[in-house]
Amino acid sequence: MKSYTNQKRLSLIFRYVLLILLAIIWILPIIWIILASFSYNNTGFVSTFWPEKFTLQNYVGIFTNPQYPIGNWIINTLVVSTLSMIISTFLTISVAYVLSRLRFAFRKPFMQIALVLGMFPGFMSMIALYYILKGLNMLNLGGLLLVYVGGAGLGFYVAKGFFDTIPRSIDEAAEIDGATRWQIFTHIGLPLSKPMIVYTALTAFIAPWTDFIFSGIILSTSGNAKNYTIAYGLYNMVHNAKGNATQYFAQFVAGCVVIAIPITILFIFMQKFYVNGITAGADKG
Amino acid sequence: MFRKKKHVAPKATYREVWTKGSIATKLSFILMGSNALANKQWVKGIALLLSEIIFIVWFIFSGISALSMLVTLGSNKSKKVVYDASQGVYVTKQPSNSVLILLFGILAIILCLAIVYLYIINLRSTRKNYILKRDGKHIPTNKEEIASLFDTRLHSTLMAVPLIGILFFTILPTVFMISMAFTNYDRQHPIAFSWTGFQAFGNVLSGDLAGTFFPVLGWTLVWAVMATATTFFFGVLLALLIESKGIKHKGFWRTIFIIVWAVPQFVSLLMMAQFLDYQGALNTILMNIGMIAHPIHFIDNQASPLVARITVIIVNMWIGIPVSMLVSTAIIQNLPTDQIEAAKIDGANAVQIFRSITFPQILFVMAPSLIQQFIGNINNFNVIFLLTGGAPMNNNYNGAGSTDLLVTWLYNLTFGQEQRYNASAVLGILIFIISAVFSLLAYRHTNAFKEG
Repeated sequence: MKSYTNQKRLSLIFRYVLLILLAIIWILPIIWIILASFSYNNTGFVSTFWPEKFTLQNYVGIFTNPQYPIGNWIINTLVVSTLSMIISTFLTISVAYVLSRLRFAFRKPFMQIALVLGMFPGFMSMIALYYILKGLNMLNLGGLLLVYVGGAGLGFYVAKGFFDTIPRSIDEAAEIDGATRWQIFTHIGLPLSKPMIVYTALTAFIAPWTDFIFSGIILSTSGNAKNYTIAYGLYNMVHNAKGNATQYFAQFVAGCVVIAIPITILFIFMQKFYVNGITAGADKG
Repeated sequence: MFRKKKHVAPKATYREVWTKGSIATKLSFILMGSNALANKQWVKGIALLLSEIIFIVWFIFSGISALSMLVTLGSNKSKKVVYDASQGVYVTKQPSNSVLILLFGILAIILCLAIVYLYIINLRSTRKNYILKRDGKHIPTNKEEIASLFDTRLHSTLMAVPLIGILFFTILPTVFMISMAFTNYDRQHPIAFSWTGFQAFGNVLSGDLAGTFFPVLGWTLVWAVMATATTFFFGVLLALLIESKGIKHKGFWRTIFIIVWAVPQFVSLLMMAQFLDYQGALNTILMNIGMIAHPIHFIDNQASPLVARITVIIVNMWIGIPVSMLVSTAIIQNLPTDQIEAAKIDGANAVQIFRSITFPQILFVMAPSLIQQFIGNINNFNVIFLLTGGAPMNNNYNGAGSTDLLVTWLYNLTFGQEQRYNASAVLGILIFIISAVFSLLAYRHTNAFKEG
């Protein structure tokens, strides 16, 4: 019996060692990013793991550098992401609710078209979007907002999966009591879907903070760094940093850390909804 | 739905509506909304009438020219100096801007389709009103019509705005890009271009780009299979490790891995590229602990393609395993345990249980989302673009590096030096076909699962 408990203990120790080892491998680069943001450095490279000299100068520098107005970037991104969050959430939830709870002739074709459209790579339409916005004279933050909001109607899958799980009998009971469908939507559908609304809103809110491609294409033509969003601003910065202005690299890392912290926290908060969305989709096949 | 058994009104053909209808009803066939106006459905009638008037005005003043120019994409193909007789001077004529002509042409087609759709709605509502009148029933008033938008026709109210968004920001650009694949829009024809049929497809599949397309396609598929398989397999193993008996603080361990996934990719991957650089921290660490004597070229331009590709797959594991772990954890927690217990009683060891019970069960549940991940990996732009940017460059390729996927190559062809817009549109269509084929296979596969 003793050998059995020994074996068990050995297995537990082995598993703990493995887990700790993996955790270190996974978290090491992240720790390195944070350390690099504190490193005193003007070579454009952080070639050591542990900084030779610590400094807060990068964080001071990134907020005071006139070449890279990070304050403007944050405000721009905040405005775009907040508006995009409000509008997209409304659109996505509406479409998901309609597709899940109401039956009408266009329902099936719409879902099939959405499926087909989703298979085209998003980059393909970027040139067209660029010209559309140029034609509308909207190569600015407003245009970027339109792009984020424009596709919101197609991102209904997770929310629809959620609505599908709410029993229909609730709607039917309300309908028998004489409620119109609008009343069912606002008084039953929406209150029941609070977690889903939070998830959809957070997804929509985070997207502008991490998107550097669309924002780059739409905002770069203005040439005015004050109009950038944070993701494109930082991305643009590191590309400049690689070329000539190498002394700003450590500032870039500091800027990244500033942005990554809130987004990371939001993501960790969202993970549960994310899992539910994926597995709900998987169950149905 | 419980509403399905509705009373079906006796049908009337449009011929009957036309011959027996009132003047307003007859007028509806030409002047949209007149029947609605006659029945005092003001909002509907005015909306239909206004849209018809606006459409006709637009069609005469710009619609016709937009549609007719679509045929040639602009007659003036190159910059010319022509003699202007009225002013008596030579003037330079700029080539026609085919991009805008194409865009407005497609827009015009969409508007025409929209008005046809409205016309059909108009006819239907006219027929409905006619039938109601003929049978002596109550015709909905203006108020009731509006109220129905929030009840029986709530779907059209809620879908209207999203649909307009999809139409202009997804369908219009997609159609535009598909048509671009059939033109010669490239560096030689940057402003004015013309229809060339399947020539661009020929270039990609058998012309000067074929030497790049097939190797890149091959690597894209290898990458997608490797990326999906490694993250899935090791994600399941990691989830099992964390979920196994005796491990405490499971939430804490999970969070450590989740952090990697949660950090925005443009931060984590750009920094990873620095970390793996020739002069980067990883090489310094490895040299300090004496594992290597000289720095390794992991992902820069001097790296060997094989090393770079393996590095990319490993870095993708770093990014992808946490998500996969998260999802498999949810599945593992919901798996029926009776089979595992039965196997334990029969004396199966951990490896046997994993291989014969747990893994197949997870695979079964995850199959559809695995296919989605596979397609997602075919289109995995971020990892390649941010990490390697396609490097190391490959001299045999045209505008692509050894780690470039089809999507990143597509991006390079459009925004890089090459400026082969038509070829990138062709690539987009080919990627679509590949994705569609795999989705279709997956769909049939999962259906077979259901029946089996």
